[in-house]
Amino acid sequence: MSDLLAARTLMAMSLGFHLIFAMVGMAMPLLMVLAEWRWLKTGQEAYLAVAKRWAKGTAIFFAIGAVTGTVLSFQLGLLWPKFMEWAGPIIGPAFSIEGFAFFTEAIFLGIYLYGWRKVSPRAHLAAGGVVALSGIVSGVVVVMANGWMNTPRGFTMIHGIPSNIDPIAALLNPSGLFQAPHMILAAFASAGFAVAGIHAFLLLRHPGNMFHQKALNIAFAVGGISAILQPFSGDLLAQQVAKLQPLKLAVFEAQVETQEGAPFRIGGVWNEETETFDHIVEIPFALSLMLHLDPYERVIGMKEFDKNNWPPIDVSRTAFQLMVFLGVIMLSHALWGVSLTYKKGSPGSSRRFLQATVLATPVGFIATEAGWVATEVGRQPWVIVGYLKTAEALTPIPGLTIPLMLFASLYAFLTVIVVWLMWRHISATPGQFEMPPTRPEEEVLA
Amino acid sequence: MGLETLLAAVLLIALTCYALLGGADFGAGVWHLLAHGSSRREQHRLIGEAIGPIWEANHVWLILIVTILFTAFPSVYARLAITLHIPLTLLVVGIVLRGATFAFRHYDVKDDEIHLRWDQLFSVSSLISPLLLGTILGAVTVGHFPVNAAGFWDGYVSPWLKPFPLIMGLFTLTLFAYLAAVYLLLETHNPLLQDTFRRRAIMAALIAGLLEEAVLMLGQNSAPHLWGELTNSLWGRGIQLTIGSLTVAAIGLLLTRRYWWARSCAILQVTLTVWAWGIAQFPYLVPPYLTVFNASAPQVTLWFIAVALGFGVLVVFPSLWYLFRIFKGGGSLA
Ligand code: HDD
Ligand code: HEM
Ligand code: HEM
Repeated sequence: MSDLLAARTLMAMSLGFHLIFAMVGMAMPLLMVLAEWRWLKTGQEAYLAVAKRWAKGTAIFFAIGAVTGTVLSFQLGLLWPKFMEWAGPIIGPAFSIEGFAFFTEAIFLGIYLYGWRKVSPRAHLAAGGVVALSGIVSGVVVVMANGWMNTPRGFTMIHGIPSNIDPIAALLNPSGLFQAPHMILAAFASAGFAVAGIHAFLLLRHPGNMFHQKALNIAFAVGGISAILQPFSGDLLAQQVAKLQPLKLAVFEAQVETQEGAPFRIGGVWNEETETFDHIVEIPFALSLMLHLDPYERVIGMKEFDKNNWPPIDVSRTAFQLMVFLGVIMLSHALWGVSLTYKKGSPGSSRRFLQATVLATPVGFIATEAGWVATEVGRQPWVIVGYLKTAEALTPIPGLTIPLMLFASLYAFLTVIVVWLMWRHISATPGQFEMPPTRPEEEVLA
Repeated sequence: MGLETLLAAVLLIALTCYALLGGADFGAGVWHLLAHGSSRREQHRLIGEAIGPIWEANHVWLILIVTILFTAFPSVYARLAITLHIPLTLLVVGIVLRGATFAFRHYDVKDDEIHLRWDQLFSVSSLISPLLLGTILGAVTVGHFPVNAAGFWDGYVSPWLKPFPLIMGLFTLTLFAYLAAVYLLLETHNPLLQDTFRRRAIMAALIAGLLEEAVLMLGQNSAPHLWGELTNSLWGRGIQLTIGSLTVAAIGLLLTRRYWWARSCAILQVTLTVWAWGIAQFPYLVPPYLTVFNASAPQVTLWFIAVALGFGVLVVFPSLWYLFRIFKGGGSLA
């Protein structure tokens, strides 16, 4: 394996791993705050038990999110020193905002997790709110920084050196502005679906359990609403990509030649020799319609661009298709849940629906990982589009397969342990809520 | 003072906070490893409870350091990431294992045998990370990183694998352990535990004093710049004398069980040590080529971070104060 490939794989691995924990870290505080707020409002102890249970499960994710994030802030330099030297002054200020969001998050997380009996219920709820908000701010800022790599702004090149730097223009780059809400929705949808799936599983095992019923309702509400909004946000993002990164969009949509009235294409395998996609299914005019609200509008094809700048086509397109496919599934599932709620008062009333929810547990995470692979591989061969190639940014140190292996085993180890701990966590169901609660739940977290 | 100097000072402040807060969390992990005797379980409990609510917040100081470094001094960040690739990678692995095993241990729903494994990993990684951190700082002090190294050893190993950085590593480790022992004294009312940590604090103070001398001795050849500043200038001698007296005072206060005062001395001592290093190093970030002045980002960027830092401070310090007031009582530090 070449050093470049090792570095790219390692970067992708670290980011993909961090992403799971970051998403949980962004979405769970909202879920916990909602449960706690319901408790304060209704006085039903089951809600408090839900909030505390979630808090305990999420704490592990927070810790791993923090340390894997630390890995990233070093690894960006360890693998791509040229990139960081180039981008640091332009996009670094965004990270300094993020640094403070991390601070408030970590501080109020400490209060939230350990302060159940040390601060008043309102202060406790407020601490949870701050955690939720600062998690979202960190997510937004880092994704905007990533957007800058897609549509670099806020500087001019003078003799090969970025000059006239404007960090605000860099931060508010057009890709980032549309990527950030898409990512936040992805986090809520993924974590919402995952948590709903877990409680649906337990509800099937312990029918009528109030604890799981309430947990499912909250998680599904957050996940479902986000899953319904997600395709709209995705469509807006796709329009933006069509405008600003037409080559990337052409790869996503298998648009080889420029065409008026382009169809939406499903499936297909890239044929390197003929430079076409085999076995592809077409929905006439749909792509032009989706991108430009006009079925006859022109969509630019890959052939308009220098072949040396084409990204790996199969990986990028497959990942994109997977994301959209899962997005459609999540949307349908959410709509089913909404109609059940409308008809019967709660999505948990149908066994079929609960079973489907269990199956849907991982889909959000898979869709998000796929979306990122599409975005990042679709940006290749550039790390900063139009300015710096990934290969030029690579560190000179040889033997990068060794850290690749080291981190691969580290992440594998952490994955196994986290899955096992979550399993232990989930299998300890509080039994007292089988019936309506009779006496206050004692400190679950203690 | 120019903006670049201001930001270098901010880096030093963040490093001080990381040493005083995050460093003590590592130090507590070291005592976790060394805990023995009949009160072993209580010692473990005390350490777990002391660092539980605060370690994530304390850890953010490190992230802040890295962030300011790559924003304000990007070429320094790139240079360090290339030459010190190996120790930085190992440091990161240590940090991951430390945080992850602590979480595994303390947020599990059950309490059984496997927790002993997490404890072991937690304490070993708490030992290794400060060693590496100190080594990295030591390598930065020596500087002279090869630009176009002939071989792997010269380019990526010898800049840090030599006596001066390694002694700095040991010194950092001892200093963190010392801080932790002194802080833990105020976290418990159990006289048995207090006695244990009192003895440990004194021992750590003595070893740290010796290692500090060793760092200076070795520095005469390895880091002549640092050595010269600290031994030949008036402020250098003054600060050394102060640090020495604080060590003696801290030991005296520990012997007479005046823990609050002992802790104040320890905090001052570590703060002055970090600042003595920082000021002696000035204006170099990595001697002899990279200085605060020639390695800084353009002014706009510096302005932006300075303003962001200003706002950040308004949010972070009151929040930190609130956190420590809730968990450490009486508005006291750590
Ligand atoms: C729950 C996860 C999820 C779901 C259901 C969807 N997406 Fe997505 N998508 C993401 C999660 C995601 C992501 C992982 O969050 C990405 C990667 C980069 C980013 O900002 O968001 C992303 C990127 C991304 C991009 C690339 C942006 C770029 O390269 O700059 C486009 C064009 C879309 N999405 C479009 C869609 C459409 C049309 C969807 C319709 C169903 C859709 N996404 C569903
Ligand atoms: C957490 C979600 C993310 C995932 C899953 C992800 C995934 C990936 C993947 C798959 C690659 C390898 C692409 C290739 O070489 O073919 C990559 C590269 C990279 N990503 Fe991301 N990415 C994420 C977010 C980010 C963010 C937020 C940033 C920066 C602010 C970023 C910066 C980079 C850099 C610098 C590279 C290496 C250079 C390159 O290959 O272009 N990524 N990422
Ligand atoms: C799409 C990509 C990313 C998203 C959405 C994201 C989001 C988050 C969130 C919400 C957190 C705090 C919650 C938690 O601890 O679980 C976090 C932690 C962290 N992230 Fe990321 N992140 C992304 C990529 C990155 C990248 C590329 C870096 C490196 C520069 C990074 C650095 C960090 C650090 C250092 C932390 C730890 C903060 C702490 O101590 O609490 N993240 N991330």
